[in-house]
Amino acid sequence: MIEYFLPAASTYASDIDWLFDLIFWFVGFWFVLCQGVFFWLIFRFRKKEGVPAQYISGELKTEKKWITWPHLAVLVCDVFIIYGAVKVWYDVKQNLPPAQFEIRAVAQQWAWTFQHPGPDGKLDTDDDISKINELHIAKDTLYHVHMESKDVLHNFSVPVFRLKQDVIPGRVITGWFKTNEITGEFSIQCAEICGIGHALMGARVHIETPEEHAAWIANNSSISLASAATPSVEE
Amino acid sequence: MSATPIATSRSAAGMPTGRLAVWWIVFSEIVIFGGLLASYVMHRLAHDAWSEQAAHTNTWIGAFNTFVLLTSSYFAVRGHQAAEAGDGPGAARWLWMCFAGGATFLAVKGYEWTMEISHGFTITSSTFWSFYYTAAGLHASHVIAGITIMAIIAVAAKRNENLHRVELIGIYWHFVDIVWIFLFPLLYIAK
Amino acid sequence: MAQPVETYDAHGHHEEQGWVSKYLFSTDHKIIAQQYMFTGMAMALIGGFFAFVFRMQLAFPGMEVPLYGMVGPNEYNALVTNHGAIMIFWVAMPVLIAAFGNFLIPLMIGCDDMVFPRVNRLSYQIFLISAVVLLASFFVPGGAFGGAWTIYPPLSAKAEYSLTALGSTIFVLAVALEFVAFLLGGINFVTTAMNSRAPGMKLYDLPMVVWMIVVASILFMASVGPLIAGAIMLLFDQNLGTGFFDPDRAGDPVLWQHLFWFFGHPEVYVVLLPALGIVAEIITVFSRKKLFAYKTVLYTTFGTGVLSFTVWAHHQFIAGVDPRMAHVFTITTLLISIPIAEMMFVYIATLYGGSITLSTPMLWALAFIAEFLIGGVTGIFLGASGADIYLHDTYFVLAHFHYTFFPIAIIGAFAGVTYWFPKMFGKMMDDRLGKLHFWGTVIPFNLIFIPLFITGIAGQHRRIYDYTSFPELAQYQDMRVLATSALLVMLSFQFVFLYNFTKSLMRGEKAPRNPWKANTLEWTAESPPPHGNWPELPTCYRPPYEYSVPGRETDYWPQDEPA
Repeated sequence: MIEYFLPAASTYASDIDWLFDLIFWFVGFWFVLCQGVFFWLIFRFRKKEGVPAQYISGELKTEKKWITWPHLAVLVCDVFIIYGAVKVWYDVKQNLPPAQFEIRAVAQQWAWTFQHPGPDGKLDTDDDISKINELHIAKDTLYHVHMESKDVLHNFSVPVFRLKQDVIPGRVITGWFKTNEITGEFSIQCAEICGIGHALMGARVHIETPEEHAAWIANNSSISLASAATPSVEE
Repeated sequence: MSATPIATSRSAAGMPTGRLAVWWIVFSEIVIFGGLLASYVMHRLAHDAWSEQAAHTNTWIGAFNTFVLLTSSYFAVRGHQAAEAGDGPGAARWLWMCFAGGATFLAVKGYEWTMEISHGFTITSSTFWSFYYTAAGLHASHVIAGITIMAIIAVAAKRNENLHRVELIGIYWHFVDIVWIFLFPLLYIAK
Repeated sequence: MAQPVETYDAHGHHEEQGWVSKYLFSTDHKIIAQQYMFTGMAMALIGGFFAFVFRMQLAFPGMEVPLYGMVGPNEYNALVTNHGAIMIFWVAMPVLIAAFGNFLIPLMIGCDDMVFPRVNRLSYQIFLISAVVLLASFFVPGGAFGGAWTIYPPLSAKAEYSLTALGSTIFVLAVALEFVAFLLGGINFVTTAMNSRAPGMKLYDLPMVVWMIVVASILFMASVGPLIAGAIMLLFDQNLGTGFFDPDRAGDPVLWQHLFWFFGHPEVYVVLLPALGIVAEIITVFSRKKLFAYKTVLYTTFGTGVLSFTVWAHHQFIAGVDPRMAHVFTITTLLISIPIAEMMFVYIATLYGGSITLSTPMLWALAFIAEFLIGGVTGIFLGASGADIYLHDTYFVLAHFHYTFFPIAIIGAFAGVTYWFPKMFGKMMDDRLGKLHFWGTVIPFNLIFIPLFITGIAGQHRRIYDYTSFPELAQYQDMRVLATSALLVMLSFQFVFLYNFTKSLMRGEKAPRNPWKANTLEWTAESPPPHGNWPELPTCYRPPYEYSVPGRETDYWPQDEPA
């Protein structure tokens, strides 16, 4: 259902979408059943002249079984959902597959600074590219993102990846995502209220083809810009 | 304006309402101190460097205060016994001795903190000291409240009024004691 | 049962009281109940007004909101923060627990007042002060706190981040005072229900709403302690410069989250249980049926209470806690859906074989079940850790908790008010206006929050004052306008309630003792009950839900009628 609203631009996005749909079907079944029975009972047992209500304590086994069996069925459904949830969570949050490239995302009141590896492909070297509120990555590539905050809690959220992670001052939290074949420009948001400018912390992720991405790196690397004009910086 | 309602004198649960209420109060206070102390323990386990700060607490003063509080709890028990026997003035005397214990505790703590602050260990010196003053301070505020209520009850007890309240303040006092029994090792012994 | 008959006159004097001591400084549980109820209703108007303002800003960003003016980002944050805090702490809790608890418990167990009337009065006074303190935060330099009702540090701890130095402190202080008020109140509820029951009233003869309020009070007392400790720590961080939650000073911001949610999750059951209790009283009376499986309901309630302490970190799945913790908490959270589902099944089963009258209170009680079901099932999406990665901080969360909180705090409250109004005030409410108000509230309610589920799934995040600048979200602006329009409709129908309430108070038809032909003891007292409740306190002979007992002339059997 989520994919109806937003493209699934990471490899695990479709897993999360699948989990959402799984829950939707289970929950939808129970919802329709309960509401159906509920409204039917209101109609069926509306007050009628001369027809008294029945005296039912609900303590007898024959009566209680109407609660006990659905109860157990709910438990079984829960087990399926738990299985799905644990599996997806492990894959996204506990597992950390080896990275092809690393990025640093630094949050502060009220902007994101994204530090990209430069032409040498390594983070924290002299040719790194820092951009404010712009993240440039290539499709079909696995990234580690090191998230930090300079002040309060923020949250790095990329809806098309289905990724979200609180960013905590005093710590570096590392997450991962692997882009798929989808390219384009999408939203990054801050998903933890961080003060007056919280709504202004939207950024953009640019998922590029390998050629576009290489061109972007070449044009923006600080070494090749040593003598060129300042790149545009968005506030 | 309002006399005691009949509700207060019933005891369907088999316990007088006053005692039942004090136990509920103690229960909710346990969760308050429990939360604070659990936070302290979690922090302490994660920050070994705190032992450097904790070394500066004075274990002897802490031990003396523990002795003072335990003794005062003994006085509270004797007061309860006197109240049960209907001896109001006797119960009042024991309560005043308990009061003296609480006051001594506070005086010693005042001296202790003055010493520590003058050596530069204030509530903002480090997070260990923040916890130290907060936990001991919250405890001390309960001691102050306790001895205040105790004084009021002692004055009435001397006139043989509301003797059942001697037991109630005793229960509260034992609780204050037990919190200290947890604080003492955490703040003074675990270095 | 050989027991001396207790009369109020034998124990107490009943002098004529002046207006001030009778109404402002009363120790009578019924007056204190009304004080809580009216204060809660006034705060609901304020909280509702805030919702009006921020939803207008969302639907028509950048335009002046009538009756308010321009809404800047800092004001927006303060409005949503205080709307949340007000609705939970100053509307749901005082109305459901303190107002109904105070009014009903002594009456339903057949005694003359709470066991500690002066502590009861003190608890209201502290509560009132807490409300005034909160509202004062809007008038201080810097303005009201705007860092969400969850008050996460470092934002809430340091003025340089929140820019609301005084407002942040006042907010925490107000919440702390409210906690103290409810701790005091809770002592009364629990002790009175345990100890002051009528002769012959065993624990299984207690009406379910009494059990629910008692368990809610116990849950509150058992869960709020660590947060009180946390609030002290936060106040010290804010004002003394300590570093409990400051990572630069060896503190931990996530500690606050644990302390907050350890309370925060049981808190939702603290407000849910009384609402469930109110619904139980109403559906039994208006279907003329015993509550299905009373003991099961009771044990399920206890189980839910215990389990509620094991789920809290589902609010923190992506908060930077150890990822392995998520597995534990997703399991406990999904499993807690089972006792809640059981409650829903039992309530629905109570309707089976009934003789159902759709009176105004019954409409509210039934609406509670239908709407809370939506809230409950959407919680499953959020409790599943893998799905919460995407849904956290989106409007999906917001729509979920409004589908739980609104039935609890608003539908449950209206159910209780329309049901017990005759007993509280001695007058009947206008039933036609009641039904008009009902439909005018419940239908728009759904039209507010279903669009918000949709925008949430589309990735719309919370606490943002203008979505039109986000390219993927701007296209859903018509959903936001729909939600706001529905809110405007819903708010206007509340005037029907206010008019009905006032008109009925002043000119309503005089209420008989037992207009609904119910069994529980409060209906044997006069409408309204006098000081002391009965000239002779009743004795209890049977459980509370003996409706439609075969072989009897009437289809109800009051608890105080000898066999």
